[in-house]
Amino acid sequence: MKRSLVVALLFVANVCSPFEIVIDRGVDTLAPVAIVPFRIYENAIDITPIVNSDLSSSGQFRPVDEANMLSLPSSAEEVVYHDWRVLGTDYVVVGSVFIDGLGLLVADFEVIDVNQERILLSAQVKGQVEDPRSLAHHVSDEVFRAMTGVRGAFSTRVAYVLVENRTQVDERHTLMIADFDGEREIPILVSDQPILSPAWSSDGTHLAYVSFAAGSSAIHIINLETGQSRLLANFEGINSAPAFSPDGDYIAMVLSRDGNPDIYTIEIASNVIRRITNHRAIDTEPVWELNGENLIFTSDRGGSPQIYRVSLDSLRVARLTYEGTYNARPRVMPDRTNFIFVHRSPTGFHIAWRDLAGDRAARILSSNVLDESPSVAPNGVMMMYSTKSNRKGILSIVSVSGEVEYKLTSPAGDVIEPAWSPYLPLTTTFVER
Amino acid sequence: MSHLKNGAWIALLLVCGLLTACASQTGCGTPVEEEPVVVDERPEPSEPAPVPEPEVEEIPDFMDLPDGTTVAVDADGSVIRSVVNFEFDESEIGSGDFRVLQQHATRLNRNRDQSVVIEGHCDERGTREYNLALGERRAMAVQDFLLANGVRPSQMSARSFGEERPVDTGSDEAAWAKNRRVELKYE
Repeated sequence: MKRSLVVALLFVANVCSPFEIVIDRGVDTLAPVAIVPFRIYENAIDITPIVNSDLSSSGQFRPVDEANMLSLPSSAEEVVYHDWRVLGTDYVVVGSVFIDGLGLLVADFEVIDVNQERILLSAQVKGQVEDPRSLAHHVSDEVFRAMTGVRGAFSTRVAYVLVENRTQVDERHTLMIADFDGEREIPILVSDQPILSPAWSSDGTHLAYVSFAAGSSAIHIINLETGQSRLLANFEGINSAPAFSPDGDYIAMVLSRDGNPDIYTIEIASNVIRRITNHRAIDTEPVWELNGENLIFTSDRGGSPQIYRVSLDSLRVARLTYEGTYNARPRVMPDRTNFIFVHRSPTGFHIAWRDLAGDRAARILSSNVLDESPSVAPNGVMMMYSTKSNRKGILSIVSVSGEVEYKLTSPAGDVIEPAWSPYLPLTTTFVER
Repeated sequence: MSHLKNGAWIALLLVCGLLTACASQTGCGTPVEEEPVVVDERPEPSEPAPVPEPEVEEIPDFMDLPDGTTVAVDADGSVIRSVVNFEFDESEIGSGDFRVLQQHATRLNRNRDQSVVIEGHCDERGTREYNLALGERRAMAVQDFLLANGVRPSQMSARSFGEERPVDTGSDEAAWAKNRRVELKYE
């Protein structure tokens, strides 16, 4: 079964991705789901491999190998439950893809709970014929929701930086956006100087980032709809680590213009800057709690980098992490109660997660030596981080349950600084039947 | 931008290392106490050591290299090391680097129109944004040292590239040690 998963994914990866996808962990404890190849009518396109790949990457399901399927139903009424029970299948997804009278690509599909012999979802997703990938991701989102109760995040995207020829004369940094699985990569910005810290606005229309194009760090915002870029902060010293507020009106950032790195906020419309921390230590990597009332950030004010919280109202600071000598770059999870961060253990730098309240011990999610830049999917089920493998910067997607890990590598260079988008407006439409 | 590309840096550092090893101990009439140095018996590097113009009496403190960069030079024209290194997550200048920084300070004090860019760098371990701050802290440590040795604030500017500009892209202790550094760049 593990092998089939690999085969299915490699097939998808070969279609048009600049990335190579590799599965890295055991998948024996995952719920088996059979995504029966959809019936394809006329000129419609098969989306089943993409749905398979999406659900595998969630780290909660293990697709049943098509070769083991005893029957290939395309609707719920064709499903013989016995055929799936003998395979130990928990869920069956069946469907068909066709082009309707208006020329739209349509996926009709049903999600069936084998144990309860119940149809969990019967639905239709419509989209443009030339964009079967968006259609497939949307189907995956709904299938995932039917099986888990949580909206899938397969229609989301990821921003990251591709670094080519690092340390060479032709060094090149490209801010990219791609589907969460690395497909459909679009270059947003190219520079011969470093680009860092891409951060999404909560509506997904803007990206803030740090560019060294002017010789030292400066914060810019780019409107992804118009392509227009705006310089937000270019003070003397460091201008870094931008983070949009949940309401999109402010950006938290790091400036060292007043002597050393501290946390500031800037109101985007007015450019009014407010100093939030004032300490001679390094304060950096701010991120908003989802209520917009506090920032979580990294500071070495206690002698080593640790994670702190500051109230935007009282400016009171409280320390959140104590385990070990290096905890940094927090990102709050969508459940509002947990956060992920970079943790140094005796074996290296890993991604860990813990609750904000501090009631539980930190749990380590990644197992490489140089893991950094964690970013969590908007549904909190998966997270992505960057690491190094064979001297190359690569991205890794891991389920927060820790069961499955995918690696995204680019033959062109190092991929660093992943930032998972929020839920984005969809070009496809969903109708439940 | 007059960045020295990293390939050139490696070459320069090589030349620099060999030349400073052969440096004369006479100095330039500076108050700096030069420590005895081990004389390297290896042959001169293939690049010809730049020779001061014969008709010029005074010995220059700085020299323009063919690639357009400027370096601080010793009395005999040898390039003064322009990189100091640091321990992990530290910004304290090692006492072994005091002398070389004082040599730079002496030359900047004699040449008030000469400015220097102090660039802080980190190894790849830890987070990028924290490293950006750490690189700045290292640069500021060097700036403070030069300030204490008489260099004027108007001659200096500090900037950090964090872990983004390694001189060695390896992931081992040797590479990390080289990458944790401050570079003095004359423009």
